[in-house]
Amino acid sequence: MLWRVDVSCRPEYGDAPSASALAAFREYPLPGVEKVATSTVYLLEGDLDAPRVAQEALADPISEMFRVMPASEPPPVPPGARVVTIFKKPGVMDPVEASALKAVADLGMTATAVRIGIRHLIYGGPDDGTLRAVAAKVLANEAVDEVTLGERAFDRIALGAPYRFRRIDVPLRDLDDAGLLSLSRARGLSLNGQEMKAIQDHYRRLDREPTDVELETLAQTWSEHCKHKTLTSDIRFDGSWIRNLLQSTVFRATQELAKPWCVSVFKDNAGIIEFDEHHDVCFKVETHNHPSAIDPYGGSNTGVGGVIRDVLGCGLGAKPVAGTDVFCVGLPDADEAALLPGTIHPRRMLRGVVAGVRDYGNRIGLPTLNGAVFFDERYTGNPLVFCGTVGLLPKGKAFKRTKAGDAVLLVGGRTGHDGIHGATFSSVELHEESEAASAGAVQIGNAIVEKKVIDTVLQARDQDLFDGITDCGAGGLSSAVGEMGAELGAEVDLEKVPVKYEGLSTAEIWISEAQERMVLSVPPECVERILEVFRAEDVEATVIGRFTSTRELVLRYQGHEVGRLDMEFLHRGLPREPRIATWAEPKSPNPRPPEKEDYAEDLKKLLASWNICSKEWIIRQYDHEVQGGSVIKPLHGVDNDGPSDAAVFRPVLSSWRALAVGCGMNPRYGDLDPYQMAANAIDEAFRNVVSVGGDPDRTALLDNFSWGNPEDPETLGALVRAAQACYDVATAYGLPFISGKDSLNNEYRAGGRTVRIPHSLLISALSVVPDARRCVSADLKEPGNYVWMIGQTRMELGGSHYALVNGMSGGKVPAVEPELGRRVIATVANVISLGLARSCHDLSEGGLAVAAAEMAFAGGLGMKMFLEQTPVRQLTGETALLFSESPSRFLIEVRERDFAAFEKATAGVPRGVVGQVTAEGRLSVVGRSRRKLLDVPIAELKAAWQRPLRW
Amino acid sequence: MTLRALVLRAAGTNTDGETVVACERAGFRTDLLHVNRLVERSDMFGSYQLLVVPGGFSYGDDLGSGRVLANELRLRLGDAIRDFIRAGRLVMGICNGFQALVKAGLLPDPLEGGRQRATLAPNESGHFEDRWVRLNAVSSRCVWVREGTVLETAVTHGEGRFVAPEMELDRLEANGQVVYRYVDPSGAEAGYPWNPNGSIRSIAGICDPTGRVLGLMPHPEKHLDFTHHPQWTRRGEREADGLAFFRSARAALT
Repeated sequence: MLWRVDVSCRPEYGDAPSASALAAFREYPLPGVEKVATSTVYLLEGDLDAPRVAQEALADPISEMFRVMPASEPPPVPPGARVVTIFKKPGVMDPVEASALKAVADLGMTATAVRIGIRHLIYGGPDDGTLRAVAAKVLANEAVDEVTLGERAFDRIALGAPYRFRRIDVPLRDLDDAGLLSLSRARGLSLNGQEMKAIQDHYRRLDREPTDVELETLAQTWSEHCKHKTLTSDIRFDGSWIRNLLQSTVFRATQELAKPWCVSVFKDNAGIIEFDEHHDVCFKVETHNHPSAIDPYGGSNTGVGGVIRDVLGCGLGAKPVAGTDVFCVGLPDADEAALLPGTIHPRRMLRGVVAGVRDYGNRIGLPTLNGAVFFDERYTGNPLVFCGTVGLLPKGKAFKRTKAGDAVLLVGGRTGHDGIHGATFSSVELHEESEAASAGAVQIGNAIVEKKVIDTVLQARDQDLFDGITDCGAGGLSSAVGEMGAELGAEVDLEKVPVKYEGLSTAEIWISEAQERMVLSVPPECVERILEVFRAEDVEATVIGRFTSTRELVLRYQGHEVGRLDMEFLHRGLPREPRIATWAEPKSPNPRPPEKEDYAEDLKKLLASWNICSKEWIIRQYDHEVQGGSVIKPLHGVDNDGPSDAAVFRPVLSSWRALAVGCGMNPRYGDLDPYQMAANAIDEAFRNVVSVGGDPDRTALLDNFSWGNPEDPETLGALVRAAQACYDVATAYGLPFISGKDSLNNEYRAGGRTVRIPHSLLISALSVVPDARRCVSADLKEPGNYVWMIGQTRMELGGSHYALVNGMSGGKVPAVEPELGRRVIATVANVISLGLARSCHDLSEGGLAVAAAEMAFAGGLGMKMFLEQTPVRQLTGETALLFSESPSRFLIEVRERDFAAFEKATAGVPRGVVGQVTAEGRLSVVGRSRRKLLDVPIAELKAAWQRPLRW
Repeated sequence: MTLRALVLRAAGTNTDGETVVACERAGFRTDLLHVNRLVERSDMFGSYQLLVVPGGFSYGDDLGSGRVLANELRLRLGDAIRDFIRAGRLVMGICNGFQALVKAGLLPDPLEGGRQRATLAPNESGHFEDRWVRLNAVSSRCVWVREGTVLETAVTHGEGRFVAPEMELDRLEANGQVVYRYVDPSGAEAGYPWNPNGSIRSIAGICDPTGRVLGLMPHPEKHLDFTHHPQWTRRGEREADGLAFFRSARAALT
C-alpha cells in the first residue's frame, strides 16, 4: 500500500513555510498572488498504520495538522486555488527519507520506501504557464526537483531495477585523433587529445581494449580537479620556461621558509601545523563552484560536507572544529530580465548557498566562524563557493601507514547515481545547458550520516584500529582507493559496495561521488573490532577489498574481472602539455578623484556597497557557538553587530591557546594587476589574523585560485603573475602555504557570449593565538582613548571601492611593500601582545574612512579625527587620504595611560595619532589641510551599512 | 560525595563536548553515552544523579526538531527516565534536548501520562539564528534556579518558539513552571531580537511540577568562561553565568 500524509501548520501557531513561499513570490515579483498554503507531503510505501505514523511521528500534535489518504487519491483542490507540487527527482538524495524510515521503524512498523514533497496551494496570480515557471524558479530548482502544476497521484515510489552484469570493453585502439576526442566527449571524460592518445598507446602496448571502468578511472584520476595539471605544468612565460608553476612558487615559498612547526604540507587532504604540545591542527579550503551554479543549495551543502571529509580524512582523522565559507556571486539588484539564459538570479543564488552552508554546518555541529562575500556581475553565471574546515589532531596522528594486506573498508553513506562525473564536470566551463546535462553531478548532503561517521571514525582512531583514511570526494571510490593504494596495489569487489537501489553498473558504483563516504585501510586483525565500533552507532561499514603489493588496481564484479590498471600508468602516465602564458600590464592613468567639500555621502555610499555592507543576515544563520570555543565572534561590539577582522576560537576547551581564522581577497585588483591582487590578498589575510591577536610567527596560509580558461594565454598569464606574488610576499612575510586548491575554467557561455569570472585568489590564514585572553576586537571601547594609525597611506585608488562606487576605472592598484609591511604587522602584533591595544582594526575596502566608521559604530562611540599626523607618502588630496586602500595599515585605540609605551613600541614604523574617542556618537574628520571633511552621526553610518543585506 | 552526570547523545547530537565540560567543571564525574547503549541497558541510569539531554540536530531534526529522539525516549526509555525523576534525580534538556523532552511528553508533566502539551515551533524569522540573549528567572520552582537570577548566553536554533494552548500556558505560569523568560537589557519582556524566536509570553525555559526537570532553548554550556561573552573585550573578566547554572544544579544535589 502507498500512503500519503499531508502535514501543515495550524495557523494560530504561525505558519513560516507558507509565509516564506508567499514572500518568495512577492520578491520575484509575481503580481496577483494573494495567499499560499504550504504543506509537506509524505509518501509511505509498506504495510503500516499510516494514521498512527502521521500522529506520532510526522505531525506535531500541538502546532500541526495532518490528513492521511491513499497516494493514488490526492486531496481535492479548493475552488480559486491552484496547486504546485515539488518532489525531488527520483534518485536525488533526500536526508529526510532516512529519518522517516527510522521513525516508522521506531513505532514497530516497516516502510519499504519514503518520498517527500512539498505542496503549495496558491491563491491568485497569473496564467498557469507563468505561475508554474516562476514557482519552479523561486520555490524549487529543476536541476533536482520535479515541479508539477496540479495534484499528482502516485502508485509506486521504489527506485531501481535489477542490474544484469556485463563487462563492457570500449574499443579505442583503432580510433583516429578525431575519434578519440569524440569518444572523450561522448563519455563525458573531459580528457584532451593528447591524454586520449596516451591511453590509446598504453592499451596498444597491452594489446587489448580498456573496459569502461578502466577508462572512467583514468578520466577521474587525470581530471584537472584531481591532478591540477595546469598549475603543475611547464609554462612558457615572458620569454622563459617556468617548470611546474605551483612547485616553483607556492610550494617553493614553504620549502624555503622551512618552518619547524609545519608538520605536513601539500601531501595530504589538508595541510597540518603544530598547535600545542598535544595537538596539531589542519586546514583546508575547497571550491564547489560548478555544482553551486546549478543548484546553489545542494552545491554549497555538499561543499561543506566535502571539505569536512577532507579534514576527517587528513592524517589518521582530524576532528572538524571550525568552518569558513566565502562566496562570490552576482549583484543582488540585477535585473531579472537582463540575466543570461540558464542563470539563477544572484539574490536566489545567495539565499541558496547560505542555506546550504547553514543546513550542513549547523547540523553537523561545525561552528562557521569566518567568511566573506564578493559581488561582481561576472560571477552571475559562474558563482564561486569556497568552503573551508579546520581540524584538530592528537599528536602522532599526522601520517598514514596503509600497508599490503589491509582491508579496504568503506564507511558511511550508500552509493547511488548521485554525483556521477563530478570531477570531470567541474573541470570544464559552464554553459546554458549545463543544468540539464549535468544534473547527475549535483547532490544534496546528509549531514547526520556524516556526523555519525565522524563520531565513530574518531573513536576508531583513538583505538588505533586503522592504518589510513581518506575521503570519497571527486572521482568517488576510484580516486580514494586509487590514491591510497598508489604505492601498493588494491583489489576491490564492486558488488560488495552497498547501494541505495538496484541497477547501478560497475562503472557507476566505482566513480559515483555519493556523499558521506570514507575509505579506511584496516589491518586484518582489527576488522572485527572496527566493524563493532560502527555497528554500535548504526553506521554502515563494509569491507570491499584489500590492499596488495602488486602495484595493480584490480576490480571485480561477482568474480568477473572488470578492470586491471597499472598504478604507475594511472598515477604517472598523464602526459604533461606545456602551456603558453602572456601578461601585459594594463597601463591606465590613476583616477583623479575630485576633492569634495564634504565626504559624508561618499562614506555612506561605500558602507552601503555590496562588498562592504553588513553580512549579519548571513552570519546569524550560522552556528558560531557550537563546540563552545568561541572567543572573538564574527560580530561583536556594544550591540553585538559590528564587523570582526577575524574569528578566534579555542579548539581545546581546557586551554587558553586559540586559533584565529581570517581571509583576504580582492578580485577587483585582479582586473588591473593580478600580481598585486595576490600580494594584497596575503597582506589582508595576515592583517586580519594579527588584528585580533594571532602570532605572526605561527601563521600559515592556504591558496585557492579560481580562474577562467587557462587555454587563453592572458588568463594563464594573470595566474602566473598571481602565483609569483604568492612566492614573493609569503617568503618576505614568513608565511608558509600549507595546502591549496585551484578551480579553472570558471566561465559561463550563453547566447553566443562567454563571461569569464574575475581572476579570483582567496587567501585563507590560520594563526595560533598564544593566549585567548589577550585578544582584541575592533569596536571602540572608552571615550578619551587615542586612536593611532600604523602604516603608510599612498595614492592608491586603482581598483578601490571608492573608484567602484564612483564609477571610476583604471589606475594604480595598492602595492604591497613587503619589507615595510612585515615590520608594520610585526609591530601591531607586538603592541597587542603587550596589552597596549584597546581595539584594533585593519584598513581594507574603503580605506581609512570605512575602518574608522566601523570601529565607531561597533563601539557605539564617536571619534574626532584629525589627520595631520597620518603617515603618508606621495599622496595629495583629502579624497585619497580617506579612501586609498594602501595595504599594511591599522587603526589602534590606546588608553591615555599607555600612550607613551605605545609610542615607544611603535617607534620603528610609520605611525601617527589620528583621533580620539568621544562619548557623543559622531564621526568627525579634519583633514591634512585642516578643513572639516565630514561630521556625521554614527547611527546614520550604521544604518547605511546595515540596510542592503537586511533580508 | 561524588556526583555523577550522564550526558546522553544520539545521531546528530553536537553540543555534547561542551556539555560534558560544563558538568565536569561544575563538579560532576561525567559520562557521555550513546542512546543505543541506554536502550540496551536502561538500568545504567541508576548510577547517575544528573541526566542531560544536550543540543544538536538529533536525527537531523528532519521530522521536526527532536521528534525522532523524542519517540525513542518515549517508547524505549520513558519508564526509566520517570523512575529517575521519582528517585529525586535531576534532568536537564538543552535546546534539542528540551525539544525532545517536550515532544516526548517528559515536560512539562513527565509523571502525568506523558502526553505532549506544548511544542517548539519554527522561529518567527523562518530560519536558524545564533545570537546572545538575556534570561530572567521568574520562578524558584526549579530546584537549582533562584527567581531573579539572570542568565546571559547563546541561542542557536531554528525551532525554538515555545507555543502551547492558552490554558496550558496559564496553568504553567500559575504553577511557577515557567522558569525563564527572554528579556531586554533593562530586564523587561520585549520583541525581536530580545525574544529571538517569537516564543509566546517570552518563555525560554520551563520545568516540571517537582522542579527537578528543566528544559530551556538557550545554551548555558556556551557560557563557561568570561571569554565566551560577546562583550568580554569591553567588560573584562566576569563570572560566567552558564557555569553558575551548572554549579547550582550540583549544589541542589548536596
